[in-house]
Amino acid sequence: MIKRKVVLHFPATVVEQPFIYTLAKEYNVVANILKANINPRKEGRMVVELSAEDQEFNAAMDFLHSRGVQVLPLEQQIIWVEDRCTQCGACTVICPTNALWMKRPEMTVSFCSEKCIVCERCLKACPARAVEALYLSGE
Amino acid sequence: MSQLRTIQEINEKIAKGQVVVATAEEVISLVEKQGVEKTARQVDVVTTGTFGPMCSSGAFLNLGHTTPRMRMSKVSLNGVSAYAGIAAVDVYIGATEIPETDPANSDFPGAFNYGGAHVIEDLVAGKQVFLQATSYGTDCYPRQKLEKYITLADVNEAYLFNPRNCYQNYNVAVNLSDRTIYTYMGILKPNLGNANYCSAGQLSPLLNDPLYRTIGVGTKIFLGGGIGYVAWQGTQHNPNVARTENGVPRGGAGTLALIGDLKQMTTKYLRGVSFLGYGVSMQVGVGIPIPILDEQMLRHTAVTDAEIKAQIVDYSEAYPQGTGGSLGEVSYAELKSGKIIVQGKEVPTAPLSSYPKAREIAELLKAWILKGDFALTEPVAPLPTVEFPVKFEDQAK
Ligand code: SF4
Ligand code: SF4
Repeated sequence: MIKRKVVLHFPATVVEQPFIYTLAKEYNVVANILKANINPRKEGRMVVELSAEDQEFNAAMDFLHSRGVQVLPLEQQIIWVEDRCTQCGACTVICPTNALWMKRPEMTVSFCSEKCIVCERCLKACPARAVEALYLSGE
Repeated sequence: MSQLRTIQEINEKIAKGQVVVATAEEVISLVEKQGVEKTARQVDVVTTGTFGPMCSSGAFLNLGHTTPRMRMSKVSLNGVSAYAGIAAVDVYIGATEIPETDPANSDFPGAFNYGGAHVIEDLVAGKQVFLQATSYGTDCYPRQKLEKYITLADVNEAYLFNPRNCYQNYNVAVNLSDRTIYTYMGILKPNLGNANYCSAGQLSPLLNDPLYRTIGVGTKIFLGGGIGYVAWQGTQHNPNVARTENGVPRGGAGTLALIGDLKQMTTKYLRGVSFLGYGVSMQVGVGIPIPILDEQMLRHTAVTDAEIKAQIVDYSEAYPQGTGGSLGEVSYAELKSGKIIVQGKEVPTAPLSSYPKAREIAELLKAWILKGDFALTEPVAPLPTVEFPVKFEDQAK
């Protein structure tokens, strides 16, 4: 099983084709569209989470490439806004990797980005909304 | 017990720049080093602090008269309704109020990104807030509709009035069920996945004056970064609870109703917060100075996390059903270690109440007193309390 957030670029010539339907029907790919738009030059851009069995996923990627659709990885990054953090500690029992962790006995909270697996559980668990997700596409 | 000093004498020392102040943390190490007697003679004031979610908070605003005049009967600020069932342009905006358009828990668990507490935070931050008001119109107040942006500076009076703050001790919340639950004590993972508590422990105001000997109606305090006062006993104030030998409640007990000028406050110590699946609340920073009138007060303020106990309560069943019952008692020292044992299982803990902020507030209040900017007050009326024979162990360590 592969699950990946990607950015798809559709050239103007293919933008009207039903790609998401084909992905689902032919390759059993589940697509969760996060953002989609078409620019004035009729080029499409879609931020989407795709999941499927390994083999079908790879075949779907080949299909997209063959039609001229560019597939770029989407990198997510978790940003801890230290200024907004009130050091309440609520996130520290929610974060599965201790990326958000409490130094004891000082009881101060800090964030170690290397340990973060971008599971996003902290985003809504933080009462002060001091954690944000940033999406960086490799564009 | 012989009196060491009066509040008046302390204020004279503050005026002369001779006062000796220690935070509720510092006083613990002073007592460890030099004993109770010497510390009591040396220290005039102990400062406390707390910074945690306190739902029972809100602000009175006088929005000012318009031309023609208006008796506002329905008012909202940034879409959050404020209570207007008082005089013409007076309203009360409650911390937990959410906009009518918020899906709340119909999209479970609701995010509750914005509510009354955030409106108050935005006002304190100096941001513009959208005011909408309607009225049925009267001969003296003909205007029926108003929409405009306001800032805190445009508002005549603005004061925080919190009916229940500073809970003296609180439950430790756990979840015995097999599904995640979303509470005002935060997210509780199934099968004792975590234990959340909410008190500054040894720094917390009412845990340093457990029998309300010095904190009373009229006591001047640090509130949200400005100056405030104890207005009354808080709602649900209940001194008649089980206590340890030094008079410290073993669970929720006293509370305070607080009042203070919103225009002096800062978002550093007053913040809107969102509890997933529960709602909006406000984190309020409070600091209270405790005069060391005698040795007993010093012993009270020297209380340590190891001596303060709290009850572990199941929030999946016992709490919501009101059936009560404690799963056990733990100390704040254990809670702060990061894990406790419940029903034989090791459970990770999280505070909700910010200890670093509590410490910051106690230190800031200490600095204000040392600089001569903050004098102590004599309470004008006592809070309801209990006769309690306090026993202290010999602390001459
Ligand atoms: S995204 Fe997940 S791993 Fe990263 S800090 Fe938040 S909870 Fe921890
Ligand atoms: S939950 Fe949010 S505010 Fe609280 S410590 Fe974690 S990041 Fe900071």
